[in-house]
Amino acid sequence: MLKWSSLLLSAALLAAPLSGCSRFLYPQLSAQEGGAASGAVLNRVKTRGRLSCGVSGNLPGFSYVTQQGEYNGLDVDICRAIAAAMFDDPQAVDFRNLTAKERFTALQAGEIDVLSRNTTWTISRDTSIGLEFAPTVFYDGQGMMVKQSSGIKDLKGLQGRSVCVQTGTSTEQNLADQMRKLGVKYTPIVFEDDKATFAAYQQGRCEGVTSDRSQLVAQRSALPNPDEHILLEIVMSKEPLAPAVRNNDPQWYDTVKWVIFGLIEAEELGITSQNIDSFANSEDPVVRRLLGTEGDLGQGLGLTNDFIARAIREVGNYGEIYNRNLGPDTQLNLPRGQNELWTDGGLHYAPPFR
Amino acid sequence: MQTELPPPVAPPISRASSPWEWMRVNLFSTWYNIILTIVCVVIIVVGISNLLRWVFDIAQWNVVVTNLQLFFVGRFPPELYWRVWLSLGVLACLAGIAWGFSRTDARWLSHSTLIALGVIVAAVILLPIPLSSRLWLVTIALVATIGYAAGRQLPPNLSSWLPVMWGVAFLLVWWLIKGGLGLAPTPTTVWSGLLLTLLTATTSIILSFPLGVLLALGRQSPLPVVRGLSTLYIEVIRGLPLIGILFLAQVMLPLFLPPWFRDLDRVLRAIAGLVLFSAAYLAENVRGGLQAVPRGQAEAAKALGLGAPLTVSLIVLPQALKAVIPAIVGQFISLFKDTSLLALFGLLELTGIARSILAQPEFIGRYAEVYLFIGLIYWIFCYGMSQASRNLERKLNVGQR
Repeated sequence: MLKWSSLLLSAALLAAPLSGCSRFLYPQLSAQEGGAASGAVLNRVKTRGRLSCGVSGNLPGFSYVTQQGEYNGLDVDICRAIAAAMFDDPQAVDFRNLTAKERFTALQAGEIDVLSRNTTWTISRDTSIGLEFAPTVFYDGQGMMVKQSSGIKDLKGLQGRSVCVQTGTSTEQNLADQMRKLGVKYTPIVFEDDKATFAAYQQGRCEGVTSDRSQLVAQRSALPNPDEHILLEIVMSKEPLAPAVRNNDPQWYDTVKWVIFGLIEAEELGITSQNIDSFANSEDPVVRRLLGTEGDLGQGLGLTNDFIARAIREVGNYGEIYNRNLGPDTQLNLPRGQNELWTDGGLHYAPPFR
Repeated sequence: MQTELPPPVAPPISRASSPWEWMRVNLFSTWYNIILTIVCVVIIVVGISNLLRWVFDIAQWNVVVTNLQLFFVGRFPPELYWRVWLSLGVLACLAGIAWGFSRTDARWLSHSTLIALGVIVAAVILLPIPLSSRLWLVTIALVATIGYAAGRQLPPNLSSWLPVMWGVAFLLVWWLIKGGLGLAPTPTTVWSGLLLTLLTATTSIILSFPLGVLLALGRQSPLPVVRGLSTLYIEVIRGLPLIGILFLAQVMLPLFLPPWFRDLDRVLRAIAGLVLFSAAYLAENVRGGLQAVPRGQAEAAKALGLGAPLTVSLIVLPQALKAVIPAIVGQFISLFKDTSLLALFGLLELTGIARSILAQPEFIGRYAEVYLFIGLIYWIFCYGMSQASRNLERKLNVGQR
């Protein structure tokens, strides 16, 4: 009898404080209530003086820690560009490693200001999770790697052969769909994690291996003879990787969006971190508006007018960022392909700055 | 009456067996033993030779060598390395003193002293580290030696002050690493590598110990509410996986706290999760010890007129804790290794920094080398902890009560 009463009492004691906490349990709700004051995130970041940026932290070429303890990579440079645009200081970023599962929660809880973690832009993430996606910074897609000596030129060449693939991902499903469409019979060899998948390919247990193209290229550079392996000229799925912010703050969303567009526009105009000073006296109105020597585009965002100029001077334009992290001078040597500007047959296109 | 002594019995024949003799008896006694021996020897030789060939021939240790400082102190700013070295010096000095206390009757240069010296000399010579680090290492070794010498000379009754000194040193190290109070503060986002592993592990160990003891006492308490709450807590936490608790601590804890407390540091959240988890297990270990203390002890204390708090703290707890040292240390060792789970929450402790290093484009695919290296580091610390616990047991004579 005594035992039960004590149990009941303790349960009541536990429940009492919890019942008052429903507000804390749904931060996105309470934030939305307060989010009417648009620009809350922008102001918070400005007051803090530092940007909090969620990255993967262990993805070659996109985000990793260098030997000097610095963060590096394409995803990282996007955050640095935002920080440079806001504070004129690319170092004013606190990076936070996030797992695939944790990333959206961290963004919703307001622990990070922007999620720059090779996240594929999909409709369900855009709508039901409550995110807002900034422009795509890297167009990825599922590819296929084979040995050059095998003579395989396309997916039909895999007829009757085996393909290593990671299980439980959309990759496996995409492969099956593509092969069924083409009527190709193949043997999938599935693995739990990507390390085992590529190890099996290296040992010759399968003729082809499929994954995202950026991943394939990174793993190819780790193989004993990278030149003996080729990526087939095929893209099995669309994987537009884009930074994301919470969807209750249009002003902050605009900031992130237009900094990225600015990086793309700068490449199109040929403005780099090296030659930006020679554009200072440019007569071209498009250049003048982009660099903030004319008009007040930056003030419309709540930033200074030269916000794009700052980002380019400190971090570089999109092409420089790409080449620094994934380009021909790096170990990864990833051809730009779809990531060229629209003028060069790629997909990167910035709306006009005016 | 028997007056004759019984005839003397010959002493048992002691055979000083030669190695060959020993092998014949133990390894090659029957035909199936011969086969077993040969098979085992072949497996061992092939395994070890393959491992050695891999270690010296195939493995590319460059990834470890160039990232050595990343493994140890991670992203800690280089201009503040002196604080880490100083912390290490303080700890080494205290460890030297403690060692000196425990070996007052031993020779100056015993086996273990020689081994420790050898390891330090090898580290200073072999490790590919800059000159300043070598100098720091030598200085720290000197400080530890001085501490050892001092510990041997000091009167032994001072040794009861050691726990207090460890407590002060712990706070001092936290201050040196964290900054504040006159030192430039370091953000916890730069705490990483082995430094973060050790900080989280030791802090969790130190904080979970009193909490665990209190919970164990609470579960034994005659007061129903205290007993019920303690039992509820212990059983709930023990019924949850650590990864779940850590996830709760990282994601949910900020939601439960009042808004002005929302920006609770992520390292502190991790420590909170580890402490809450570890305390529940510790409580059960301690309860085992409490139940092993005979009731007569507490009754005798009562008969002498000791109140309940004094009975518990002077009579029951010391005996109970002494009995469960191995279990507690086992718990701490597993807590130390469990810190590697924090890598899943984006903290760059030893495992987390290893995963980040593996993403450096020039070292893609060097998994074996990196994971073997951090495995070695984990092993060194766990083995050290188990050795220390055996020393403690010997000192407290647990085995011969």
